[in-house]
Amino acid sequence: MTTAPPRHRQLGLTDEEAARILELLGREPTDPELVMFSLMWSEHCSYKHSKPLLRGFPTGGPRVLQGPGENAGVVEVGDGIAVALKIESHNHPSAVEPFEGAATGVGGIVRDILAMGARPIALLDSLRFGELSSPRSRHLFTRSVAGIGHYGNCIGVPTVGGEVAFDDRYEDSCLVNAMCVGVVPPGGMLRAAASGPGNALVLIGNRTGRDGIGGASVLASAELDEDEDKRPSVQVSDPFTERKLMDCCLELAGAGALVALQDLGAAGLTSAASEMAAKGRVGLDIDLDLVPLREALAPAEILVSESQERMLAVVEQARLDEVVAVCRRWDLEATRIGSVTGGERLVARSGGEVVADLPARQLADEAPVYAVPRSPAAPPEPLDPAALPEPADLAAAWLELLARPNVASKRWVYERYDHLVGANTIRRPGGDAAVVRLPGSDRAIALTTDCAERLCELDPRAGGRASVLEAARNLACAGARPVAATDCLNFANPEKGSTGWRLAEVIAGMSEALTALSVPVVSGNVSLYNESPGRAIYPTPVVGMLGLLERADASVGQGFAAAGNVVVLAGDDGALDGSEYAGGAVGRPREVDVTREVATIELVLAAAEEGILSSAHDVSGGGLATALAESAIAGGLGAEVDLAPGRRDDEVLFGEGGGRVLLSLAPERLERLRELAGEAVRLDAIGVVGGDDLVARVGGREARLALADARDAHARGLPEALG
Amino acid sequence: MTVAVVRFPGSLDHDSARRAVDRLGGRAEYAWHADGELPPGTDAVLLPGGFSYGDHLRCGAIASRAPVMAAVRRHAEAGGRVIGICNGFQVLCEAGLLPGALRRNATLSFVCRQMELEVADADTPWTGGLPSGERLSIPIKNNEGAWYGDPSEARVVLRYGPDNPLGSTDRVAGIASRAGNVMGLMPHPEEACDPLLGSTDGCLVLRGLVAA
Repeated sequence: MTTAPPRHRQLGLTDEEAARILELLGREPTDPELVMFSLMWSEHCSYKHSKPLLRGFPTGGPRVLQGPGENAGVVEVGDGIAVALKIESHNHPSAVEPFEGAATGVGGIVRDILAMGARPIALLDSLRFGELSSPRSRHLFTRSVAGIGHYGNCIGVPTVGGEVAFDDRYEDSCLVNAMCVGVVPPGGMLRAAASGPGNALVLIGNRTGRDGIGGASVLASAELDEDEDKRPSVQVSDPFTERKLMDCCLELAGAGALVALQDLGAAGLTSAASEMAAKGRVGLDIDLDLVPLREALAPAEILVSESQERMLAVVEQARLDEVVAVCRRWDLEATRIGSVTGGERLVARSGGEVVADLPARQLADEAPVYAVPRSPAAPPEPLDPAALPEPADLAAAWLELLARPNVASKRWVYERYDHLVGANTIRRPGGDAAVVRLPGSDRAIALTTDCAERLCELDPRAGGRASVLEAARNLACAGARPVAATDCLNFANPEKGSTGWRLAEVIAGMSEALTALSVPVVSGNVSLYNESPGRAIYPTPVVGMLGLLERADASVGQGFAAAGNVVVLAGDDGALDGSEYAGGAVGRPREVDVTREVATIELVLAAAEEGILSSAHDVSGGGLATALAESAIAGGLGAEVDLAPGRRDDEVLFGEGGGRVLLSLAPERLERLRELAGEAVRLDAIGVVGGDDLVARVGGREARLALADARDAHARGLPEALG
Repeated sequence: MTVAVVRFPGSLDHDSARRAVDRLGGRAEYAWHADGELPPGTDAVLLPGGFSYGDHLRCGAIASRAPVMAAVRRHAEAGGRVIGICNGFQVLCEAGLLPGALRRNATLSFVCRQMELEVADADTPWTGGLPSGERLSIPIKNNEGAWYGDPSEARVVLRYGPDNPLGSTDRVAGIASRAGNVMGLMPHPEEACDPLLGSTDGCLVLRGLVAA
């Protein structure tokens, strides 16, 4: 005979955590209380394995109005306008049900931005899946894209950028990270902190049902194999209600009718209420009988339901009728479910009985913190040249690379997203960074998400640096100065192997680069346990970065603009180690030199600001040859370049790294570019724009592609891989 | 000229449309779906794109029965100008103010793409007097954008060409009523009224609202 494990273990709490709860309360917790603790003290809600490491990030700066700890970070961008930004993962739900998982991921991040009083103006998505030769990965990828499109298109927030990559290491644990950016009008920033005892607590939006119960603890805080049937844990999306919620909350915020606003995400009402109370150092008294329900639910279920499209607001008594009337005008339910109280306790009642009475701050902020084991991984073996013979036909290798799903055009993806709605998208998806006009201003913002996951696997310190530097370089290529970052740290189980060490190293590497760039992290998210018995993901610290253009019409594109322009390569040599061409995370990458790469970024920015660049394009996956082809395809102009020989001809063409940017400019501007570069940046004038072919000469060999063939390979790579 | 931009729950492009109308020298005013009247002094009506009522039932079906539509119908029947863009076009077809229907795209997917269009009828107010065969560049972004119907029942004003990825009948991108005062199109002219966004060809279409 077996005995059932104790209740706290069923809920995912350790014996030590259960003992700590007993000590905090001075009594046995009720069942709803234990459920609430189990969620709030889960990794997803409490960051108990990552919190100490996250303190290493730079988070301050003159532009920062709100750093980490709120629903989203907020930075000042001039003219009194502020921009809110945040990235968040929805990995585990997307692996179970990709359409709804990805869709509700978009919904959740949009509400985080909304909770700051910001109008969402742009979305980006960073995606990782297994190889497209796998039917399961094709399914997860295509359904996730469909879910993102379904939600984002319907709520009218343009999906302007992001990235997607495919690798066998994501076969069992796909990554769906969604980033949202919003604009806060002058003086309009809201916070989640509840205040004013006697004020009303109002639940706005959808009714509460059984969907998503326990999603945060069940899905996001354990490896995926431990319990097969997780479907009830995935939430269901209703983007039409989200759009009404956006319009309604912004109207209420604009009228100054809200004291505080918070979205209901992971752990539902429990999380929203305890965080509002904890931040405001007040208490909340909630009558669960008043919560509008879709179906009969037990008190504990109401407290933790993750039904979507709900917001919690604190409203002064005198404005309650006005708030309810505005919500009704938008066909939304708004229900007073409780009040702010003077104590610091979160009290929930049902049927006149108190079913939970907990100290809000201990619940929200005082989960136990664990140091992760930091066992370093052995350094990787250098690339074995014999395992990667030089191709006899460089042009054929070039064409093959352009058609690989990781390098090929992502048009198949971004055409499924409305990337124009709002009529502010100046630079559309497909370039280095999207550029979006700031409504009501002459300025524009540039947005990108990036991650150097293969490098993070081989050398996590270098990978952390490279992830940040690539994001900054992409912004610089658009002519935008990096001003703030948000990050989503996707890792495997931190309690196993060297994952904890990788997490610490990646954060250290990111922090070095962020500090050198003077870019603070203002918000972020951690997703751990992305691992199955067979596979653990690469360390995947996705960096979302915001850049600023003082003039919306001054952005730079990646496409070659005029025949006769000189092609210039800025930056240092690349290497085949860790490159797409070499087949992924193999080899021993070079050091990532933060100082030199930042100098290159500064050069591109200075040149863009002087208006001397015709185009700028980051050299990333697929190396220099790929960057050359992409600039040619985007501009509809060929180019001819002569490259200095390196260790191997294919390394010169297809090697990655070195913090390089491919520039084109009028010949008479070259001297000025050299002056700006000085000694800090290596500049090589490598060729000329023009013609209908792409020609690269290296080491006495010539690779020649017809531009039309390059365009065709680049365009068909992804659709063909999807079959 | 006062242009009433109608807002339904789930309308998305009303703000871009308002800015485009203002840029052309018109005066845009919002009309609310639940009201039985258009704003006083309305000279022309714009039904914007979006997902009115979440596309529930059928795109545009619920909006076509909203109280404000009775006023839009009276305006149209009196010869007033009305344009429906994307979801607004779907609403006009559902309301019977334009013939035909919008079906699921032949791609079976949402398509957001800059499109080449050609003027098919130079004699309506909606193409800025350009002769037939002239080309415009305006983006589309929709799921159900394939117009299906009998082109002889309307005036075909704009066609896709040469590509017709949505699979509309006779490459139709936009049609007008026989009298020409009611216009519907899937492309988004309000997204093509600003040089910063890459095209200003949309102004030619929207000028039909503000030019007498």
